[in-house]
Amino acid sequence: MYAFAYHRPATARQAAGLLAKKEDAKLLAGGHTLLPTMKQRLASPAHLVDLGACADLRGIERKGRNLVIGAMSTHAEVAASSIVQEAIPGLAWLASHIGDPHVRHRGTIGGSVANNDPAADYPAACLALGATIVTNRRKIEADAFFTGLYETALEEGEIVTKIAFPVASKAAYAKFRNPASRYALVGVFVAKRGSDVRVAVTGAGEGGVFRWPEGEAALKVRFAPKSLDGVKASAKGVNADMHADAEYRAHLIGVMAKEAVARAVGK
Amino acid sequence: MASVSLTVNGRAVAANVDPRTLLVQLLRENQRLTGTHVGCDTSQCGACVVHVDGKAVKSCTTLALSCEGAAVTTIEGLATDGALHPMQEAFREHHGLQCGYCTPGMIMAAVDIVNRRGFSLDEKTIREDLDGNICRCTGYHNIVKAIAAGAEAMGGRSMAGKEPPRQAAE
Amino acid sequence: MSSQTSAGTGIGASVRRKEDHRYITGQGRYTDDINRPGQAHAWFLRSPHAHATIKSIDAKAAAAMPGVLAVFSGDDLAADKVGGLICGWMIHNKDGSPMRAGAHPALAQGKVRYVGDHVCVVIAETLAQARDAAEAIVVDYGVLPAVVDTASAAGARSVVHAEAPDNTVFNWHLGNKDATEAAFKAAAHVTRLDIVNNRLVPNPMEPRAAVGDYDQGEGAFTLYTTSQNPHVARLVLSAFIGIAPENKLRVVAPDVGGGFGSKIFIYAEETVCVWAAKKVGRPVKWTSDRTEAFLSDAHGRDHVTHAELATDADGKITALRVKTTANLGAYLSTFSSSVPTYLYAPLLSGSYDIPAIYAEVDAVYTNTAPVDAYRGAGRPEATFVVERLVEVAARELGKDPAKFRMQNYIKKFPHQTPVIMMYDAGNYGASMKKALEIIDYKGLGKRKRDSARNGKLRGIGFSSYIEACGIAPSAAVGSLGAGVGLWESAEVRVNPVGTVEVLTGSHSHGQGHETTFAQLVSGRLGIPIENVSIVHGDTDKVQMGMGTYGSRSGAVGMSAIFKALDKVIAKGKKVAAYVLEADEADIDFTEGHFTVKGTDRKLDFGSCALQAYVAHKFNGQDLEPGLKEGAFYDPTNFTFPAGVHICEVEIDPDTGVTAIERWAAVDDFGVVINPMIVEGQVHGGIAQGVGQALLEGAKYNADGQLVTASFMDYCMPRADDLPSFDVGMTVTPCPSNPLGIKGCGEAGAIAAPPAVINAITDALGHEDIAMPATPMAVWRAAQKTVKRMAAE
Repeated sequence: MYAFAYHRPATARQAAGLLAKKEDAKLLAGGHTLLPTMKQRLASPAHLVDLGACADLRGIERKGRNLVIGAMSTHAEVAASSIVQEAIPGLAWLASHIGDPHVRHRGTIGGSVANNDPAADYPAACLALGATIVTNRRKIEADAFFTGLYETALEEGEIVTKIAFPVASKAAYAKFRNPASRYALVGVFVAKRGSDVRVAVTGAGEGGVFRWPEGEAALKVRFAPKSLDGVKASAKGVNADMHADAEYRAHLIGVMAKEAVARAVGK
Repeated sequence: MASVSLTVNGRAVAANVDPRTLLVQLLRENQRLTGTHVGCDTSQCGACVVHVDGKAVKSCTTLALSCEGAAVTTIEGLATDGALHPMQEAFREHHGLQCGYCTPGMIMAAVDIVNRRGFSLDEKTIREDLDGNICRCTGYHNIVKAIAAGAEAMGGRSMAGKEPPRQAAE
Repeated sequence: MSSQTSAGTGIGASVRRKEDHRYITGQGRYTDDINRPGQAHAWFLRSPHAHATIKSIDAKAAAAMPGVLAVFSGDDLAADKVGGLICGWMIHNKDGSPMRAGAHPALAQGKVRYVGDHVCVVIAETLAQARDAAEAIVVDYGVLPAVVDTASAAGARSVVHAEAPDNTVFNWHLGNKDATEAAFKAAAHVTRLDIVNNRLVPNPMEPRAAVGDYDQGEGAFTLYTTSQNPHVARLVLSAFIGIAPENKLRVVAPDVGGGFGSKIFIYAEETVCVWAAKKVGRPVKWTSDRTEAFLSDAHGRDHVTHAELATDADGKITALRVKTTANLGAYLSTFSSSVPTYLYAPLLSGSYDIPAIYAEVDAVYTNTAPVDAYRGAGRPEATFVVERLVEVAARELGKDPAKFRMQNYIKKFPHQTPVIMMYDAGNYGASMKKALEIIDYKGLGKRKRDSARNGKLRGIGFSSYIEACGIAPSAAVGSLGAGVGLWESAEVRVNPVGTVEVLTGSHSHGQGHETTFAQLVSGRLGIPIENVSIVHGDTDKVQMGMGTYGSRSGAVGMSAIFKALDKVIAKGKKVAAYVLEADEADIDFTEGHFTVKGTDRKLDFGSCALQAYVAHKFNGQDLEPGLKEGAFYDPTNFTFPAGVHICEVEIDPDTGVTAIERWAAVDDFGVVINPMIVEGQVHGGIAQGVGQALLEGAKYNADGQLVTASFMDYCMPRADDLPSFDVGMTVTPCPSNPLGIKGCGEAGAIAAPPAVINAITDALGHEDIAMPATPMAVWRAAQKTVKRMAAE
């Protein structure tokens, strides 16, 4: 790592103040992407603002039709939360399958969403569930939030404070893991709310997480695994690397979508 | 330099460190607790696993300064009053180690699995929960056996029939 | 065999390991745990290019940076007349000329030859300072085209070493060419396969490390290093690289966190650390990070082979021939040349009676990391060729693969193969029968039907491997080109009250020698195992020894201890004869007591030791006081462990995921010292073999960049990739050493890959899959199967 100055604010407001004041400052949430990147000297912020002590960024609550999760909630906290398990069990399942147990003890939902790693799991849930990303300045719809590889609608100095997930009637996630890194090679989150069905795919898109309209259309007719028979995801715009070429990844979108739907309908 | 105060294996520690010091460096270099190892640069191998406030974390991916006020337990702090922890005993009894390098992280991860999932662990659960720990020697066969036995022994040692506290909901 | 059965602490007992206490309590002492007073830190500037000339190096700015003590390049080593790294095994070409080897300087001189090659070392007060300064070194490279591909390296226009103008290190052959050609002409059937044995990265969990120290007063160096063979390291660093005379160079290999071959070799980093300690007048420490390990640890395997098997009308194998190209990387690592030659071709007879065998091996230089021995070293490559050929031949001939193997097994011993080896003992049919029972071969048909009903493809794969361990005798390996002898040494020091220290030239880095060696001593001397300490890994303590690799420590290392114990007991009898006032010829030694035949007079071992040291009961002129004996043991032959592994897989054709459902392993390791430890070795070996077959593969792109340079992309076997294994054993004692031991360290890694691939191809119904059989590869291969099944 290159040298940096460390700050540990107690509130999101203090954190925002530090971000505004310090040149080349970066936020540290769980650190499970940023610290390895810094260790490899691929990132070199002059200031690191650790959100670990910001109690106002924690907490999980049910607010009417929304499940609201504080940005600094760890994956383990989300996975184990009875509130999440009751409201959107598919989201708890997703959280319980991110990384490994140790990563889940440190990694946070806010960090994952703000980083928008193309193989991260949470962006698929946000997009499929139609979540709202709440920052210290505004509310951003998931559809407008994830703008590209590691790119989001967040502006300079903006901090994700919580994420609000509208509760779906049926929702589930399935992922095929990269055998080496264990990140999502392809992850598919399906959600049904009323007549609306959304299918979001992570790990596969050249531009990061995306929605799969053909899958959504098929599932709107009937929300069942069989509805996806013969529905093929296009390999256009799909990632290719040594673990999976575009054709295989596109194929897995269909397989994972089916598995997610089966899980959502309890089969 | 910046200061950090925490407890390590029940002992209060105050240290003045370069902010880029990782928890594992604080433990190995500052505290000379060399039982915690480093096996990779990408947060995958788990040789560095310690408990921070009772939860298994990768100390190679945690800044020392982030542990302000935390209680850290390392492999050196697992045995109490000279008596091995049941999980340590189980690793020896079931030959759950060969070169010993991944072992401290494995044992700390194993205790964490029991803390989260209770004393009765099936093979599938153990294998899935070892996702964050790599061993190159054992083929995991005996590690899995050791963890199942260690979990049972931990149950026997705590009050009869009482499950360990599951991880707090939030 | 249950690992729980244990009778006492002698041979055959599953004694719990003596070394474990320090490991499970965090008290192990690995090289990176060692810190010397005043220690500085080294960081190596490595080549970002696979192939380039070094036009200039400007390190002025770096040398002036905070904390920097020195920056050295290849010129500094040359100026100090530090020799290059060596390859210790001379191979000769078909025409008898010696192999063509280029120089291997510890820091590059004029040219870099792979990504990760060592350009400069920066030594600074802290590691971060050294790394910061390395970034300030300006190197002007003249980038050259990279030679990467194994099969086409010999024809490449770019030349890695001027000494080998066609990038070919040697063209070597073994076997009987004429007889083989004649047999193929007469064959009723010929099976042909093209095989790639994928390149692997050893990845012991402990990365390499070195601490060099120089004592100015004594003019003596100490090197703490992650080595499987500290004496060999000292020999090479002293006699060839010229760091210091042997008596002024101590090499310590403390606890070592796994090796698998990769820590046999003498590397650039430890050479530089020990040399630089004198230059800067400070201890110098280097610890590899995992990325550096991927780039610069010696890799394994990397063969491209065309193989053919001839059979007669009765299904009897009549001949085998191979043409193999082996990639040795950018430089010849310490034992690299022996791996695709004498550790490979002599194993091509497998467990089978094959009258004619001919192997041609071309070894090539490429702009990739050096390739050398990795768990099995040559024998997995040979076994993969043989077991794939035999499996495919059985399928082509419509024969049951188990029966076809049994038909062709060698059944009479000793058996001379056409490729050097004289197999001394074995019973391959017994292992096969036991393995078939364990796997429930009879129930396979039903299991296949059940899988098919669930849309899955099930297959079974056999691997009837043989290996050659305890490479010896020294005179024989010397005649084949080895630069060293392959004996082992032991010294048994009995202390005055009967506790024992055994100094062994073997080195333990996970194998449990501190327990198994102590079992031998405890059993033979009849003393408690706690009274035995095994000392290894320090050239100042232990006499010259050859170290641990090639599953040799039991067969060779323990045999040396056995011989030394013979001498201890013989000397003890002399002492006892004086003490018990009897004739030496009447003294027996059993269960820890010297007794006088036909009487009840006896002397326990500890009392005998005390008498030996106080020397009150005998005249020191007639009998030397003390009880300490040494032995150097040179075996009469290789040992030949063999066995049958059967793997059963289920493939999901929708995702390409291969699940290993069952694994039966029946190995014949001869006499087993500690079943618990031996089973552990089998488990670990299988895991590495499964890794090769399903998960692992080092990949360089066309520019010579290693694209699998971390655990993010290089897939290590994890717990949920593997099943539990059913391990059985058969025992035919090895007649070539006093203990009957054959060796067990590499068996799993040798047996597993063909078992897995044979199972997958059985499930697929075609042979079109290469290692690693990743989900994507299997999915693609399964599409063929599904289409064909739909058409049927």
